Amino acid sequence: MSESRLRDAIVSAKQKYGIALMPFIAAGYPDLKTSLELIPALQQAGAAAIEVGFPFSDPIADGPVIQEAFTVALSKGLRIDQIFDAFETMAAEVSVPRVAMVSFSIVYRYGVEAFFRRAAGAGFAGVLIPDLPPPEADQICQTVRDNGLDTVLLVSPTTAPQRRQEIARLSSGFIYYLSLAGTTGERDQLPPDVQTHVQNLKQMVSVPVCVGFGISKPEHIVQLSKVADGAIVGSAIIRRIKENPADPVGAVQTFARRLLGSSV
Amino acid sequence: MLEDMSSVLSSDRTSLPAHFGRYGGVFVPETLISALEALEQEYIRARSDPSFESAFQTILNEFVGRPSRFYFAKRLTETIGGAKIYLKREDLNHTGAHKINNTIGQALLTLRMGKKRIIAETGAGQHGVASATAAAYFGLRCDVYMGAEDVRRQNLNVFRMKLMGANVIEVHSGSKTLKDATNEAMRDWMGSVDHTHYIIGSVVGPHPFPTIVRDFQSVIGRETRQQCLEVEGRLPDYVVACVGGGSNAAGIFAPFINDTTVRLIGVEAGGRGSGLGQHAAALCAGRPGVLHGSLSYVLQDDDGQTAEVHSCSAGLDYPGVGPEHAFWKDSGRVEYVSVNDQEALQGFEMLAKSEGIIPALETSHAVYHAARLAKTLDRDKVVVINLSGRGDKDCQEVARLIGS
Repeated sequence: MSESRLRDAIVSAKQKYGIALMPFIAAGYPDLKTSLELIPALQQAGAAAIEVGFPFSDPIADGPVIQEAFTVALSKGLRIDQIFDAFETMAAEVSVPRVAMVSFSIVYRYGVEAFFRRAAGAGFAGVLIPDLPPPEADQICQTVRDNGLDTVLLVSPTTAPQRRQEIARLSSGFIYYLSLAGTTGERDQLPPDVQTHVQNLKQMVSVPVCVGFGISKPEHIVQLSKVADGAIVGSAIIRRIKENPADPVGAVQTFARRLLGSSV
Repeated sequence: MLEDMSSVLSSDRTSLPAHFGRYGGVFVPETLISALEALEQEYIRARSDPSFESAFQTILNEFVGRPSRFYFAKRLTETIGGAKIYLKREDLNHTGAHKINNTIGQALLTLRMGKKRIIAETGAGQHGVASATAAAYFGLRCDVYMGAEDVRRQNLNVFRMKLMGANVIEVHSGSKTLKDATNEAMRDWMGSVDHTHYIIGSVVGPHPFPTIVRDFQSVIGRETRQQCLEVEGRLPDYVVACVGGGSNAAGIFAPFINDTTVRLIGVEAGGRGSGLGQHAAALCAGRPGVLHGSLSYVLQDDDGQTAEVHSCSAGLDYPGVGPEHAFWKDSGRVEYVSVNDQEALQGFEMLAKSEGIIPALETSHAVYHAARLAKTLDRDKVVVINLSGRGDKDCQEVARLIGS
C-alpha cells in the first residue's frame, strides 16, 4: 500500500481519540469565508480529516439539510473555481487533510484530469465521488491517484461481498461505509446491525473504515468507536451552521468537541 | 446493433451492454447498484421466459388496447399539400399515451422480483397515471413524485392518479418540475430499494433502464413497421416523434434503426428562446454530461450544474435525454430538431381542427415539425408521426396560454 496522508491521519486519530472524527462541511455555505474558518476550528477540536462537499444542483444521495446548504451556496453564484481559489490560499497553513466530495457531473464537465490536478493544487488530500461506483470508477481512480490524491469509495449495506473486495482495492484513503440504505440526514439511533456490518467489513479489508449517514450524536460516536476507524458527521454539522448565524464556527467547534469528548 | 423483441427474447446473454457508444453507464450511489444488477438479471430471465412475453402481450392487447391504429390523416395531408401523413395512434391506448406500454412491462418485472411497491416520477402526469394504472391492475402500492409546478398545470392527471389509489407526492425543491421529481424518486429508492421497484418513465437513468424502457416501448415501432407495409406496401420515408426523455421516440425508432431508407427525426422543445434556461432541447443545444445516472447530452452550466429548462409542455420540460438518443445523434442515424412553444401550440390546434384529434402538447411538437416537413416533400412520400398522447390533460393549460 502506498503512502497516504489521509490514511495516516485517520490511524493516528483513532489511536488518540478512539475514533477519527470527520466532519462534513458544504463549500460556500453560508459563504466561502466561513468555510475557510471552519477548517482550522475543526482541526483544533480534534477532527482527523474534513469532508468538503462541492455544492451540486441535484444531489440524489442527500437529505433536505445538505440539499438546502447546496442550494443556498449555489444561489449566491458559487463557482467551482472559486472553491479551488479559496482552498488554495489555505493549503500551506492548515494540516488537517481535506477530502473533496463532488458529483461526477461536476468533475466530468470540468474535465476529469483538470479537476483532479486543480484539487491537488488546492490542497485536497483525497476525493470522494458518490455517484461514481465501479466499474465506471475503475479508470478514474487511477487518474485521481496519478494526481497524488487518495481515493475514497463507498460501501453500502446493500453491497455484495465480492464487490466490497473490489471497492476496497480501489480505495486508497479509506472506505466510506454507509450506516444505512438511504439519504444523508440525522437519525435518532444508529441501525441496530451497523456494528456487526462494520466488524465484518473490517475483517475483509486493510484500509480504514469510516462510517457515515445518520451519525449525529455523541452516543453514536461512542458506539462506532468500538468497531470503526472513523465517523463522518454531516447534516448535524450543517444544521448547527444554519442555526447559529452569529457564530457558526464557534457552534460547530463546540459540537465537534462534544462529539469527541464523549468518546475519549 | 439493435435487435427486435423476438430475437431479444431468444437471447441467452447473461448481461446487457451498459453503454451506447460512449453514452449511458451507471452513475449512481453505491446503494442502488445491487437493485440495478438484480433488475438486469430479472429482465434477462424474463426475456427468455415465454410466459413473460405472453403475459405482456395479453395485457397489451386486452387491457391497453393494442395494436394501436395506424391512421391516414387525410384532411391534414390535404391541408398541408405535400407528403402523406400517417398517425401512429398511441393516444388511443388505455390512459391516453404510450407510457402504459412501459409501466405494464416494468410492473410485471416488479412482480417477478417479489416487490410490493412501485414509485415513479412524472412530468405531464402521463407516466404517473400509467404507473397508478399498472399498480391498480396488479394490486401494488404506488407513490408518484411530481413537481409542484406540474401538479398545477396537470391537475386532471393528479386527480386520475389519486382516483386509482396512488399517492401523489408534491416536490417543492429546485424548479419544481420533472428533474426534481426524478431526484426525489431516486432518494426514495435509496431508502426503499429492498421492497420497492422504481419504474422510470423514460429511456433515461442508469443502465439497465434505458434498454428496458426502449424494449417495452419498441412495440410501437414494430407495429408501425408492419402496418405501414400492409397499408402502403413499403416502409415510411420519415418517422417523426417528440423527445423529452425520449421514450416514445426510442420506441418507434428502434425497430427502424437498420432500415437506412427510413429517416428518423426527433423533435425537442425549443421553448421560448435559444438561451440556456429558455428551452429543453438537450440534444440540439446541450453537451455531453452526467445526469440521473447516465452520460448523455444534458443542459448544464459550465460547472456541470443542471440548468433550468423551459417548455410549455410538462413532459418535455427536462434537462436531459436518454443516452441512446445521444448515440443516435452522434452516429448521424437520427436527426434532432426543435420546435418552440408557439409552434407547438399551432401544431396542437392544427391537428384538432383538421382531424378532430387533440394531441398532447408534447406530441404537438412532432405534429408541427412533421407538417413543416411534409409541405416540402412530394405527394408520394410517407411521413409517420408518433401520436404519443392525447391532449385532454392540456386543454386547461392551452386555454390559459392562448388566452381564450
